[in-house]
Amino acid sequence: MSSNELAIKVEHIKKIYRIGVKDKIHDSFGKTLFDFVKSPLKNYRNYRSLYTFNDVDTSDLVADHQQDDIIWAIKDISFEVKKGEVLGLIGGNGAGKSTLLKILARITDPTSGRAEVRGRISSLLEVGTGFHQELTGHENVFLNGTILGMKKKEIDNKFDEIVDFSGVEQFIDTPVKRYSSGMKVRLAFAVAAFMEPEILLVDEVLAVGDAAFQTKCIGKMREVSGQGRTVMFVSHNMTAIDHLCERVLVLENGKLMVDAEPDQAIAAYTRSISQSATDNNIADVPRKNGYSPVLQKVEFIDRRGESVSSVQSGDPLTVRIHYRHDDEIKDPHFGFIVETVMGVKIFWVQTKMQKGPLPDIAPAGVIECRIPRLPLLAGTYFLTLGCGAQTHQLDHVERACQIQVTEADVFGTGRNPNPKIAMIFVDADWEITQGTAVCDKN
Amino acid sequence: MAFFSFSNNSDPIGSQVTIIKPRTGWQAINFKELFEYRDLFYFLVWRDIKVLYAQTILGFLWAILQPLVQIVIFSIIFGKVAKIGTDGIPYILFSSVAIIPWTFMSQAMTTSSQSLVTGQNMLGKVYFPRLIYPVTPILAKLVDFSISMLLILPLFFYYGVTPTWNLLFLPLFIGLMMCVAAGVGVWLSAMAIRFRDVKFAMPFFIQMLMYTAPIVYSSSSISGNFRTLYSLNPIVSVIEGFRASLLGIPFSWEFILPGMISAVILLVTGTYYFQRMERVFVDVI
Repeated sequence: MSSNELAIKVEHIKKIYRIGVKDKIHDSFGKTLFDFVKSPLKNYRNYRSLYTFNDVDTSDLVADHQQDDIIWAIKDISFEVKKGEVLGLIGGNGAGKSTLLKILARITDPTSGRAEVRGRISSLLEVGTGFHQELTGHENVFLNGTILGMKKKEIDNKFDEIVDFSGVEQFIDTPVKRYSSGMKVRLAFAVAAFMEPEILLVDEVLAVGDAAFQTKCIGKMREVSGQGRTVMFVSHNMTAIDHLCERVLVLENGKLMVDAEPDQAIAAYTRSISQSATDNNIADVPRKNGYSPVLQKVEFIDRRGESVSSVQSGDPLTVRIHYRHDDEIKDPHFGFIVETVMGVKIFWVQTKMQKGPLPDIAPAGVIECRIPRLPLLAGTYFLTLGCGAQTHQLDHVERACQIQVTEADVFGTGRNPNPKIAMIFVDADWEITQGTAVCDKN
Repeated sequence: MAFFSFSNNSDPIGSQVTIIKPRTGWQAINFKELFEYRDLFYFLVWRDIKVLYAQTILGFLWAILQPLVQIVIFSIIFGKVAKIGTDGIPYILFSSVAIIPWTFMSQAMTTSSQSLVTGQNMLGKVYFPRLIYPVTPILAKLVDFSISMLLILPLFFYYGVTPTWNLLFLPLFIGLMMCVAAGVGVWLSAMAIRFRDVKFAMPFFIQMLMYTAPIVYSSSSISGNFRTLYSLNPIVSVIEGFRASLLGIPFSWEFILPGMISAVILLVTGTYYFQRMERVFVDVI
């Protein structure tokens, strides 16, 4: 293939991170004091080690077994993207999708390897980057637009269209802090939708906004990809991936596992998920947005009170969440969202909703959510967990763990809803009164 | 070695090739790239200006009030109580022409040194030349500076100071003042993103700097042996320059020239240090 037809060429990209080294806790006052005095030097070494990897041999992938404070976010990935191609990127948590986009977007440097990008590139890793609460919608459009790499002139030309797309015309001269969160997202997405780079990198941004707006955004994405622009697109929403992409890469633990057509890639991904051993220990999952690892572990308890990884449809299920925090948690709330492998969110339970306010709780413990009759049909499901104190979100783990639901005769009739039509089953009573029809009232 | 190589821009599609690879060692400053991002630069500066006094009652009056209060306090303590010698210049006049550029420098240095830390969310989400972060507050603070310069007018009127040809040098010293603030800003912002200690050290650092420069006292009180060392401080150069250009007293170049050289060195080394560290910024947030 001639190199002129390529938009992106990635050759043996690797990226390592070092996670912060945990402090030892001493049992004597003397040792603690000694540690306190020598801590500046230790801290300096620790913080420095975050970005110096002289002790790590980056040519050797076995290294990750030798040093437990090193994370190989990306282990030797190579691929090419043709001009005008729409490429999907899927994979579980920590598979390296976002890191790969960040490297291509030049936000972070690879540890080794090389990539070549031909054409004007823009990245959209978040909607509304740089939005300022005190500025008006109008001003934020210009600020956010230039942050995304647009020129002032381009924004001038498209301003009316952007405002029109966002549907917040009325409030365009109001400071954004008076906007509802939905309005902010719409405005931010509208700006992003009118970027015209030759290459666009998009990370999981379609997951925001209401359903109608999402449909509008997916429509816009299709339009963009139809114009011969190269798009690399990360999402957990397999339906969107399937609709938009021509080719899909599946990443797993920093490696490129599958490079195929969407159907095949999605099938391979869903298969790998249902086969993978479930590790419900989530204490070490890297957190985003400064969340601290309060949520430690999830257990699924079946009807016999045993910890399991799969449960029958219609059975009682207890989700036991182990938590640990530095202090007592005031006005706590816990919750989780259940979604399909395809990224469709099915239900959300939260202490505030089903139970109301909880009393303040000790720094460590377990909280159990009992679902008397699990309405999920057979399949693999993901749980996204969150917890908070007062109005402050403490922790949030996207797709923290998964559960298998096996088929069962839930209604005792031997018939279940067809999973192609339904996502859950619902208990219902049917009653027949014979002899009179509603239309024969008189 | 430059990070980017742009080929001929006359070919519109696919003309721009970006090579992504690990950066090592010292990086050249890519002025062309900075120029490409001028619109962003403009909006970021404008945002800082617009947002600074949002939801305050006094608004831009704060730009006058902050140095004014300091001038009054210093005039009482150092002028009236301590009776510090000012070579015959009324103390309030002597101190105000120094406090105004000093207020600019101290505020610009403080904001600039924290620019990467306060912008860390953006830093991890989008790429643009990282040098824009520490330089933006320097430009934004110029608005405050210009407003606070108005304070000088009534003082000049009251004391009957008439501008002399020395005033022509003022732009040079305004440039020098920005250069010093930017030099400190790039150095410290690159350190602050890795070691948050900078934030805690900043208040004393600023206070120490203030006493190392002839802001509340006159440089003529520095004894001969220390003058060379003393004049290496670029802040001395800025203050002496401002005083001479505005008050029409003779320029004491022995205090001004060495500081000018160190200001340029500070900015150039700071920029290179910043660019050397740039590749790790996102990984250490």
